[in-house]
Amino acid sequence: MNIQATDIATYNFAYLDEQTKRMIRRAILKGIAIPGYQVPFASREMPMPYGWGTGGVQVTASIIGPDDILKVIDQGADDTTNAVSIRAFFKKVADVAVTTETEKATIIQTRHRIPEAPLHAGQVLVYQVPIPEPLRFLEPRETETRKMHALEEYGLMHVKLYEDIARHGHIATTYAYPVKVEGRYVMDPSPTPKFDNPKMNMSPALQLFGAGREKRIYAVPPFTKVVSLDFEDHPFEIQKFDQPCALCGAEQVYLDEVILDDKGGHMFVCSDTDHCEKRREDGHRGHMAPENESRASPSSSAGPSPRKDGEEEAPTLTPPSPRPLRGEGKGEGQHQTFEKSREAE
Amino acid sequence: MYVAVKGGDAAISNAHQLLADRRRGDRSVPALRLDQIVEQLALGVDRVMAEGSLYDRELAALAIAQARGDMIEAIFLVRAYRTTLPRFGYTLPIDTAAMQVERRVSATYKDLPGGQLLGPTFDYTHRLLDPEIATGTPVAEPERREAEAGWMPRVSEILAHEGLIESDGELPEDHVTGDLTREPVEFPLERDLRLQALSRGDEGFLLALAYSTQRGYGRSHPFVGEVRIGEVEVEIDVPELPFAVPLGRIRVTECQMVNQFKGSAKVPPQFTRGYGLVFGQSERKAMAMSLCDRALRAREFGEDVVAPAQDEEFVISHSDNVQATGFVEHLKLPHYVDFQAELGLVRGMRAEHEARKRGDDQETREAAE
Amino acid sequence: METQAIDGGFANPVFDAQAVFRAVMDAMARPGTIQPCGGLTVPPAPLSPVAGAVALTFCDNDTPLWLDPALQASAAAKHWLGFHSGSPLAHTPADAQFALVSSPAELIALENFAQGTQEYPDRSTTLILQVTSLSSGENLLLEGPGIEKAAMLAPTPLPRHFVEQWKQNRARFPRGVDVILAAPEGIACLPRTTRIKTMEA
Repeated sequence: MNIQATDIATYNFAYLDEQTKRMIRRAILKGIAIPGYQVPFASREMPMPYGWGTGGVQVTASIIGPDDILKVIDQGADDTTNAVSIRAFFKKVADVAVTTETEKATIIQTRHRIPEAPLHAGQVLVYQVPIPEPLRFLEPRETETRKMHALEEYGLMHVKLYEDIARHGHIATTYAYPVKVEGRYVMDPSPTPKFDNPKMNMSPALQLFGAGREKRIYAVPPFTKVVSLDFEDHPFEIQKFDQPCALCGAEQVYLDEVILDDKGGHMFVCSDTDHCEKRREDGHRGHMAPENESRASPSSSAGPSPRKDGEEEAPTLTPPSPRPLRGEGKGEGQHQTFEKSREAE
Repeated sequence: MYVAVKGGDAAISNAHQLLADRRRGDRSVPALRLDQIVEQLALGVDRVMAEGSLYDRELAALAIAQARGDMIEAIFLVRAYRTTLPRFGYTLPIDTAAMQVERRVSATYKDLPGGQLLGPTFDYTHRLLDPEIATGTPVAEPERREAEAGWMPRVSEILAHEGLIESDGELPEDHVTGDLTREPVEFPLERDLRLQALSRGDEGFLLALAYSTQRGYGRSHPFVGEVRIGEVEVEIDVPELPFAVPLGRIRVTECQMVNQFKGSAKVPPQFTRGYGLVFGQSERKAMAMSLCDRALRAREFGEDVVAPAQDEEFVISHSDNVQATGFVEHLKLPHYVDFQAELGLVRGMRAEHEARKRGDDQETREAAE
Repeated sequence: METQAIDGGFANPVFDAQAVFRAVMDAMARPGTIQPCGGLTVPPAPLSPVAGAVALTFCDNDTPLWLDPALQASAAAKHWLGFHSGSPLAHTPADAQFALVSSPAELIALENFAQGTQEYPDRSTTLILQVTSLSSGENLLLEGPGIEKAAMLAPTPLPRHFVEQWKQNRARFPRGVDVILAAPEGIACLPRTTRIKTMEA
């Protein structure tokens, strides 16, 4: 019985052992040299589940150093639970400085969004990728899709997109919209909305993609052509919102729909919380912004109403309440309690 | 530089506290000790070691306690720990013929050298709930006899003697045994990697696949050549020393499935093999594994790949429960950005649909007029 | 020779390797830029401190390493690399994941190294060329991914007919080798995507 807490608690800087880091670093280097090509790597089990960003975390852990400043976003927001959790992980295992400000970050790990503020040279954007293979839903076999990439045989993808057009009059893919990198590899941009696709093209930042469960790393170097697939008669278009952000008034940004009541009331606010806060600090106001907002608190997300620090737990995660919880009774009682509480709601 | 983001922090920390509370449960009930789990939930511990790919009973017991008895969560905990351990080297192949056998049964022979040893099996228990276990009634010491030291030939060797079964499989001289935890998987796989994946694979998934082969989805006419459970010596070669260094003993379950095979253009009629080997005591897993192994060798024997259990990419890509549970459960993470994109699309398409319909109605009306 | 083999590795293996990796990553991502090497080694001659640092950053017992004849001839350098990286020596250049070249001017043709396959173009050799300068050689005009318009680099010494060889390497894309240039002033890289023109042309 030699499971002392200290035995288990000694981890390397940034969690991964040096041999694993070297392996991942070699894969990153190849990824950069072959833009858009998915480099197989021996992904490790991480202390968070597959699907929670293990690929992105492994990439970040392999590149991060003591001088880095890390930003983590999920759905564009710094305060979504998993973003908070990953940021806390790196604070803990790498003692690294963290920020919510896009501008100040040297490494930005993201799930599903590219920040609205333009990225600059020297920044690294690390994407968490669930299914790296853009052809996977057309051909489930790795042995086949690998051949297609080798032969640059992307007809299947064009057929799929064209079938959309035939059926709907336009391409019905709204996120994870496939791109072609530097005229060679068709690549999955991860499930970012296609709104973000143009930001990938000729970006001054280095873009790294990590898929942990699928064991692939790929990259888009800075200043690399990234073109969304389309047709001459049906050019690629991004989503348009017909109203500005209700809090900061921003236009030409990606918006989240926030439900206000159960009667169809809703508002649209910036998905990029840092962008929204910056704009409000600069005095921009949307039509539903609070009248005398003295300052945008760094913790407030772009929710419908400004909330005080520390009050922000999701309702499902509140600490144990003194009243008996539903379903703790036995037999019929459980059923009754459930019925009753439903009525109460 | 550090900017605190408080909302999620508080929620997460509260959730963890609540989890710890629920894990402990009623404080008036004594806390489980790891040795209790190791001793009394031993097969659960074995499963966590097998699918966690780490032979350490205490760690597996800790994982089970920490996971509140959720086996896949416990397996995940062990895997995440295992991945951080340095590799000192690879052990020599274990020799199951030299196993100190605790249980050994063969379905293909009535009696055989070494005999049939029933051992600690559920097989002939009547599944009647036993109140004595609830009351903690003392349990009598079992009958024991001196273990027959030495060597117990495997059934496959008996068949091989007559040339009735395929040889144990050859890999090229310079073949380095693969390790899918250190190298990315590349299809098609060699059998070594396939067996490693199956050995780590989810018991339930392999069980269902194995069952499907018996029901005709890739039928392989299996017989249990033998199942044996017991302890084997683990040894490692140290370059500086002229002999292999023993590291200790581990308990394993081995299953050799013998499958009738009519022969093909490539291969003469003979019995073929399916192999299963897992940490600890788990016949279900070892037997399911050996059926899946045989099914996955279809191409090797020139058989048509027609059933899910024969499809290597399908089986191996989906057998890992840590991967599977992660990806299935990640759907509960926020996806509202993508959902927003889909909302926009569906609204747009509905509007177009309405407009078309109005247009059609208009035309119909005009035509009617 | 014993102490020579053991001394001179990274003073701080975790952070030095990270710093050197970031320099190489940035150099690979932005060909033509010169990134200061974040951590140094003190290897035996003819291996240079920067080339030694790059080798220790990437090589270990999983990466067959090819040494050019000048390094092969130095028992001290071989021992040093063996002790600090654990890399097995590649039997042929085509088996090498990395090639360490102390004397680029005498290097065998690039096509001898692993080029990767069409399915797995990543299975190619990365060459670490130890150069004396990145600015005093012939001016090379670089274009391609990682470069906004054009970049300039003047490394020396380079392998014979390098520009012509590189054109052939480029033509094999997605197959081909990548080059890390290790100079006293820092690190520059030439990924296989980079197009090179000489200034005269």
